[in-house]
Amino acid sequence: MRHQNRLQEILTKYGIVFVLIVMIVAMSMIKPSFRTLNNILNILTQCSVYGILALGMTVVIVSKGIDLSVGSILALCAVIAASLGQSNTASTKYFVNMSELPIIVPILAGLLVGALCGAVNGGLIAFTGIPAFIATLGMMTICRGFAYIYTSGKPVSTLIPSFEFIGQGRLLGIPMPVVVYLIMIIITKILLNNTRFGKRTFAVGGNINAAEVSGVNVKKILLWVYTYMGLCAGVAAIVSTGRMVSAQPGLASGYELTAIASTTIGGTSQSGGIGTVWGAVVGALVLSVMRNGMTILGIQSYLQQIVEGVVIIVAVILDMRKNARKA
Amino acid sequence: MEKVKDLLQMVNIEKNFPGVKALKGVNLNVGYGEVHALVGENGAGKSTLMKCLIGLYPVTSGEILFDGKTIDHYSTAQALTMGISMIHQELSPVLYRPIMENLWLGREPLNRFGFVDHQEMYNKSLKVLQEIELDEDPRTLMVNLTVAKMQMVEIAKAISYDAKLIIMDEPSSALTEHEEQQLFKIIRKLKSKGTSIIYISHRLAEIFEIADRVTVFRDGKNVGTEFIDQLTMDQIITMMIGRTMDEMYPKIPCQIGETILEVKNLSHKKYFRNISFEVKKGEIFGIAGLVGAGRTEVIETIFGMRPKISGEVRINGKLVEIKNPMDGIANKMGFLTEDRRATGIFAVLGVDSNIAIPNYDQFLSKIGLVDDKAVTIGCNEYVEKIQIKTPSLNQAIQNLSGGNQQKVLMARWLMTGPDILFLDEPTRGIDVGAKAEIYKLITMLAGEGKCIVMVSSELPEILGMSDRIMVMHEGKMTGLLENSPDLTQDTIMRYATGTQDDF
Repeated sequence: MRHQNRLQEILTKYGIVFVLIVMIVAMSMIKPSFRTLNNILNILTQCSVYGILALGMTVVIVSKGIDLSVGSILALCAVIAASLGQSNTASTKYFVNMSELPIIVPILAGLLVGALCGAVNGGLIAFTGIPAFIATLGMMTICRGFAYIYTSGKPVSTLIPSFEFIGQGRLLGIPMPVVVYLIMIIITKILLNNTRFGKRTFAVGGNINAAEVSGVNVKKILLWVYTYMGLCAGVAAIVSTGRMVSAQPGLASGYELTAIASTTIGGTSQSGGIGTVWGAVVGALVLSVMRNGMTILGIQSYLQQIVEGVVIIVAVILDMRKNARKA
Repeated sequence: MEKVKDLLQMVNIEKNFPGVKALKGVNLNVGYGEVHALVGENGAGKSTLMKCLIGLYPVTSGEILFDGKTIDHYSTAQALTMGISMIHQELSPVLYRPIMENLWLGREPLNRFGFVDHQEMYNKSLKVLQEIELDEDPRTLMVNLTVAKMQMVEIAKAISYDAKLIIMDEPSSALTEHEEQQLFKIIRKLKSKGTSIIYISHRLAEIFEIADRVTVFRDGKNVGTEFIDQLTMDQIITMMIGRTMDEMYPKIPCQIGETILEVKNLSHKKYFRNISFEVKKGEIFGIAGLVGAGRTEVIETIFGMRPKISGEVRINGKLVEIKNPMDGIANKMGFLTEDRRATGIFAVLGVDSNIAIPNYDQFLSKIGLVDDKAVTIGCNEYVEKIQIKTPSLNQAIQNLSGGNQQKVLMARWLMTGPDILFLDEPTRGIDVGAKAEIYKLITMLAGEGKCIVMVSSELPEILGMSDRIMVMHEGKMTGLLENSPDLTQDTIMRYATGTQDDF
């Protein structure tokens, strides 16, 4: 009886990890090509962009918020970074008379724009009191619009080689996007679990009124939560731009939903105060393995979308049952 | 004792949850037209038994006879149609819909086209509202009603179902004294018509006022059923906790030092005006008054949760400007709020986070990160010191009993090292045993030289714990009294109702 309970507890707690392992084992047995190191690195690379978004989204959702604007912020950051990172050989240059800049300039520009957009979100939510859903919905179209105006709707391409390195290079054999993803995982993990900011974010998400009475500066926390989300979008933008060696304003449309899905599959609760960074990573991996596996199996991409939707819903149902059992 | 024919007989009810025996063979008989009180500490099984009765949980074994028939395996909806209604402690009305739609929710009267017949609904609503003498237009939105009136709407709903048995779970917890009397009036009226009431309450005084019989629960069993006039309050308490309570209020006189907190002519735009008092080191300062007198608002304003319009606050003689709780905490204040769930606990977070939230500054490592080990050590110290019963520090606080939740919140504030502690209804909704422990803790803190400001609606608590008492009436202070054995509840009530006013 006791052992059974213990097993059940482990299963509910780490259920999604088991799902991931089962998926990997099953795929490895069906298709040996799945097992290759290259494919594994490929899976990791593919999830790095929305995986990074999911990290920021975890912080946001833990604070009982939501951010619908991250895909658009990503696109805006990407086109701005790309425009500052074009090579002299580019046929259409955004800044016609500008010589090549060191890679740090487009990177910082991308991160700064991301953080600023995030701060606008956070400011709106903290100081006007409008719901996060509405504030970020507005910012979603605003940032997308700016991305189109900035580029006149055209892609920005032919970037300097060091930009390409970020997207396609390797460090000690590991693709750079994965390296960046790993770094962001560690940063977010520390931020959420080991800083006062992180602890207070859980408190704000858990009970905003109690947080206020306990002397938490709720407005400041919310401002930083969304700023960090924006920063993550900036990082994801740099990775994404590097991978494609170009950026276009329609980029990453719908990525906010993939990020929310990853976070949610990983067990972060929309009701706030509950969530883990590793959950966001596992969630992103589940989606990536599933997409990769279904593609290898030759499953039609429209059908893939349906399967993905079902997985998201089932994951949340299981998660709600887990939380209901606790109460 | 005459043999009464019973409306409800619950015989040898057992209810097991995985790993827990919540009910271990409970018997409960409720007669026709009887007001039957259930008392017992939290977790004693009252709520579980009621949830079995209204069809929310199936019983594991045992028999339920209602109105002469054996009933089992029924849903809450079936229980309603059989005549069993429950008025829950936490009301959950559809706030932005009218009273009448709330009354007939799920069984709206329809016209011949199958659409909702609003006229018919209005007429029927008016009838039941008149029956309980609630003078409100059925088209009034629920959100515009006071809690007391919402509760009356719930009672009206029960009547509209022709309820033979109405279960009231802590109905008075949100009511003012006056509203409580109104509630009792309705209960008496229902009773005279033969409706039976099961009345669950922590407040023993009101049980003596309204109940015919009382059943005491302890550890999942009924330990006794008696006619109320054959029991004393002490006997009930002894039955509830299984031991005699030597002293409920362990107030011991302690060294009273210099003045710490001074409040002068403090006024709020809406809730109170010209409040002046001072509290000394080691003193317990009680604030009494009826609900709505502005007591909570006074201390919330001092702590920075509300803006003042005039007046000043001094700490140790120094003028302070406190604009928000952060300032309050910086000035060594702590504040235990009245509504534990709304403004106290972080329900889904662990006991450790709940204690540590205002205190992380104490637990930073050299590089500025939170040192979780230090947090654990720090929290454990308080868990032991004030005997918080929790399986572990990372247990979500929502899984603890009300009394233990309250202790966790006390630990939170004690860890901030406050000089001034505001306690707003510190024992609301917690059982007698836990109450006594909280009182002991408060006494100990006063002994350590903290200055304590306690708002309470329970007069025995005010009289049992305070050194001095401020009484408020409609936003104004009416009395500032030295506590003494001669001071009675009646005297305080005279000030609280504004009959007597020293200012």
